[in-house]
Amino acid sequence: MAAEDVYRQEFPVKGGDFAKAGTVACRIKELLKDLGLDVKTVRRAAIAAYEAEMNVIMYAWQGRMDLAVSPEEVRITVDDQGPGIADIELAMTEGYSTATPEMRELGFGAGMGLPNIKRNSDVFHVDSQTGQGTRLEIIIRTNGHKP
Amino acid sequence: MKLSDLATRLDLKVYTAGTPLERPVLGGYASDLLSDVIGHGRKDDLWVTMQIHPNIVAVAVLKELAGIVLVNGREPAPETLQQAEREGVPVLGTRLGAFELVGRLYGLGVKGS
Ligand SMILES: Nc1ncnc2c1ncn2[C@@H]1O[C@H](COP(=O)(O)OP(=O)(O)O)[C@@H](O)[C@H]1O
Ligand SMILES: [Mg+2]
Repeated sequence: MAAEDVYRQEFPVKGGDFAKAGTVACRIKELLKDLGLDVKTVRRAAIAAYEAEMNVIMYAWQGRMDLAVSPEEVRITVDDQGPGIADIELAMTEGYSTATPEMRELGFGAGMGLPNIKRNSDVFHVDSQTGQGTRLEIIIRTNGHKP
Repeated sequence: MKLSDLATRLDLKVYTAGTPLERPVLGGYASDLLSDVIGHGRKDDLWVTMQIHPNIVAVAVLKELAGIVLVNGREPAPETLQQAEREGVPVLGTRLGAFELVGRLYGLGVKGS
């Protein structure tokens, strides 16, 4: 835990577990609200968390989301074991998706997840090893609305 | 306009019991793609969709939507209903298709962004 973190929590995410999809993002949203962060920061973090959680569920075997909150920022780190992303730039393109027809029928696979994360964060890094997994680092600045 | 007024005016069926119909609807969004709603929906929007599976509830909770209207006579899956009632998300329905419902909502003052 970094010295300035006022809150930190870890959430496991299971690949393929569509029944629980969105639970971690909802928990994160509640926690940030309870910490007293401003609505805009909470909203942006919730969107980023949702899309990151969905990608672990849709594409990876298992993963972990780490939430860390300091007075300056909300950091969400996502680590998964999975197929990884071969071409990150392509994956970041709005509309690009490798979702299965079954997923698309349920409304997943709009190819807007990673772009949604980028749009709603101040720092967004994607690191991936094909055949091993993917790591996302998402930072949302609180812009002085300190928890 | 309140969700309960819209439900009466448009003869919408209310599937969920005990969810807040008195909350104001400030706008609307129509889409069957979840990330699209996550990206473009706004707080207090009424969401028009044909998706009926439980994941729509998480989207509505995260975006603080006013409620969900299922079109084309589609009924919510049982787990969707359970989750919606637990989370306090109103789920309604209509036999109308999305185009027709959105047109009528618009006529009653429910607009997009
Ligand atoms: N955690 C991940 N592991 C493996 N592939 C991923 C992961 N996240 C995203 N991808 C790849 O990037 C593509 C684009 O992701 P995204 O923008 O979230 O859109 P969508 O999930 O709708 O396909 C996905 O279709 C998938 O091929
Ligand atoms: Mg995605």
